[in-house]
Amino acid sequence: MVKVAVFLGHRLVKIALIMLAIVIINFSLIRMAPGDPAIVMAGEAGASDEQYVEQLRERFGLNDPLPQQLASYVLQVAQGDLGYSYRQRRPVADIVLERLPATLLLTGIAFIFALAMGVLLGSLAAMKAGRWADTVITTFSLLSYATPIFWVGLMLILLFSVQLGWLPAFGYASIGGGFQGLKHVADVAAHLVLPVLTLGLFYMAVYARLTRSSVLEVYDMDFVKTARAKGISESRVMYFHVLRNASLPVLTFAGIQAGHLIGGSILVETVFAWPGIGRLAFDALLQRDYQVLLGVFIITSLMVLTFNIITDLLYSVIDPRIEVA
Amino acid sequence: MPILGRILEQPLVSRPGPLNVARGSAAYLATITIMAVVLLILSMPLPATAQTEDISRGGTLKVILQPEPPTLILGLNQQAPTQLVAGKMYEGLLRYDFDLNPMPSLARKWEISEDGMTYTFHLEEGVTWHDGEPFTSKDIVFTTTKFLPETHPRARAIFSNVETVTAPDDQTVVFKLKKPFPAFILTFEVSSVPIMPAHIYENTDYLNNDMNNQPIGTGPFKFESWERGSNIHLVRNENYWQEGKPYLDDIYFLSIPDAASRALALETGQVDVSSFNNIEPFDVPRLSALPHLEVETKGYEFVAPMMWIEINHREAPSDDPRFRQAISYALDREFIRDNIFFGLGRVATGPVNSVTTHYESDVRKYDYDPDKAIALLDEMGLEPDSDGVRASVEFMVMPYGETFTRLAEYSRQALSKVGIDLSLRSTDSAGWAQALSNWDYEMTNDFVYQYGHPALGVSRTYVCDNIRKGVLFSNTMGYCNKEVDKLFAQAAVENDAEKRQALYSKAQQILVDDVPVIWLLEMEFPTIYNTRVHNLTTTAIGTTETFADVWVEQQGQ
Repeated sequence: MVKVAVFLGHRLVKIALIMLAIVIINFSLIRMAPGDPAIVMAGEAGASDEQYVEQLRERFGLNDPLPQQLASYVLQVAQGDLGYSYRQRRPVADIVLERLPATLLLTGIAFIFALAMGVLLGSLAAMKAGRWADTVITTFSLLSYATPIFWVGLMLILLFSVQLGWLPAFGYASIGGGFQGLKHVADVAAHLVLPVLTLGLFYMAVYARLTRSSVLEVYDMDFVKTARAKGISESRVMYFHVLRNASLPVLTFAGIQAGHLIGGSILVETVFAWPGIGRLAFDALLQRDYQVLLGVFIITSLMVLTFNIITDLLYSVIDPRIEVA
Repeated sequence: MPILGRILEQPLVSRPGPLNVARGSAAYLATITIMAVVLLILSMPLPATAQTEDISRGGTLKVILQPEPPTLILGLNQQAPTQLVAGKMYEGLLRYDFDLNPMPSLARKWEISEDGMTYTFHLEEGVTWHDGEPFTSKDIVFTTTKFLPETHPRARAIFSNVETVTAPDDQTVVFKLKKPFPAFILTFEVSSVPIMPAHIYENTDYLNNDMNNQPIGTGPFKFESWERGSNIHLVRNENYWQEGKPYLDDIYFLSIPDAASRALALETGQVDVSSFNNIEPFDVPRLSALPHLEVETKGYEFVAPMMWIEINHREAPSDDPRFRQAISYALDREFIRDNIFFGLGRVATGPVNSVTTHYESDVRKYDYDPDKAIALLDEMGLEPDSDGVRASVEFMVMPYGETFTRLAEYSRQALSKVGIDLSLRSTDSAGWAQALSNWDYEMTNDFVYQYGHPALGVSRTYVCDNIRKGVLFSNTMGYCNKEVDKLFAQAAVENDAEKRQALYSKAQQILVDDVPVIWLLEMEFPTIYNTRVHNLTTTAIGTTETFADVWVEQQGQ
């Protein structure tokens, strides 16, 4: 237990330093893009003059020298204040946290779906290695991996929404439906099917391939032969002996992916008009809404770093031979 | 009714003479029976597809909203999506029909003095704000003297012509101008001069007012909720000043970021209306072929977008009018209209859109003629080098959709035929706005709104004193012709309609000879709507209008 506490302590210090670097690097990167939020809003307005642009720049605090803006931002974040979006006239924390649950819901379910299906299919492929089931699964994985996500999404919409009319084409819930309680849950669930499928198929392919090769490797090991010799059934061998040992590479990848999913579902969010933070970040970039963009980066960085720690802790749970260091 | 016709063509009796009822009685009886049945059928109520059917009250309208606006307070922000939503909640003094003639809105009648210096507006009675406060002339005075000059660049320019605004009583407003300004009557459209509530904004910091999250207007719909990233919900204003209106119960504005998803949403009927460039031209033919969708291009006469190639005159050879004329001859506008914009547009002939007032068609024409272009370039002394290239220019692709990328590619192809080599440079909208306003460009596409009158939306592109670095929609080319400036200045204050037209015509003719920008198309935006929607486009601002008259067929009809 003490070891874990010490480990966590070290990690938290590292997190603080990494976050500082992230803030400084992202801040500088964003400012390197041409244009600023004032000119974007002037362009959208269809008419402009110096006073309008100057007013906006003054409000947005863009006239201070850059190092001063950076310093005040870092201090602000250290105190837990993510800033204020002048474009939307709301605190950044509100904006980001409002959109975060939708992304977490989508990516969480997609993650579980991808992991479960991927491990299942991968083990199946490994068990039937060389036979037709293996070929089918491997080919399917390759197709899922190689096909662009947004194309898959659009094709699914075309089939299930337009042709068959089974599922809604976009959105989080039926607009104006006014559903409450269970009906609302069912409504959101119906809207979740296609985006989860789109996002999940890609990652499922990765897990399937990884599990397959990992399981095949473990299959050849002596202790598996021993287990079989003891008379244990094939499925028990798989679930109780092989999988736990084969899962380390999958766990590593899953840990990295979990972090990606938080910030990286922008394609699916765009195609399905899902109100998540991936789209928020993309819109903020186009609008040069620096505060919102940095706010999203900070939140997603924190989540990635957290998942890294959890992954490391899980290693030692799954394989007691590994010590947290 | 062909059966009836055929029956009537046949004689009721088989031969001439006295009516021989007994002989033809069976046929006669059958005919009478058929006629009776037919008359019975005709007397039954017609199915609900006739033109003169009754308006159906209630129902929900779903409109595409793309991109999501930063705010809904129309006085603070006037981009198209803001207008789309806020136009239902706010109103202006006047409305304009498709020919840009003023019609009453919050002002029920108005007088303009002989010398054109005094405008008197008589306001509607019994109008209240959404929070119940009465609407009076005080709101107009506040809006036009304090609020808009502080926040709204276009209104600021308009009201710089005004000497005083006074309110002799609660229902009357009088504008006294510094000098005649005939375009003034065209400036009271809701997005140019949205009337803001004085009781909420007076003596406050307009940009940071607490009520900025709760728009309060006089319009037929009230703000209900805004789920960011998802939708905006407006509900019927029960106390709207027009009796019996609006007909709709709710309007939802749905945010759909992906272009293909927007088209699909219209196909599946999940949305009813798209406007402006929500749907790109190449998607329009497919959607207009669907039986449940209609496409129309009316409703954009006020904005009348004019699309051109903007060219920086500060670099040779773009400073030579012959170079610009050559480019104008080298581009096939009909091809652009038909193959890149899929018929959505009219070939432009000059700086003024044909639906804007004071349009002059008698100008030099630049028909597609690459030989004339080559002749001009030869005259300039631009000889082709070993690769056939006479001049190299960088072209910044306008980041406003796939269509403009194709237009840039077409321009490159067409101009390479006359020896002008274009290198395409891509950027996003912020980068484009930055580069254009700071003159850091050589050529690019642009389109600009005209707002109904050359003094309001056209002259700003061509006059010398609008060459302002860092400002968009100004004279970024650096073109300066004193004569054009004089003509525009004189026309803006000329009360006599004929003299004014003559001045504007002369200005257009000179500009078309000088070619400061290369006009391509008068853009037409497609408003695509479900056939269940009626009275959608009734004025020159189309879908950004209040929708007080819009009604929908409800499920089951």
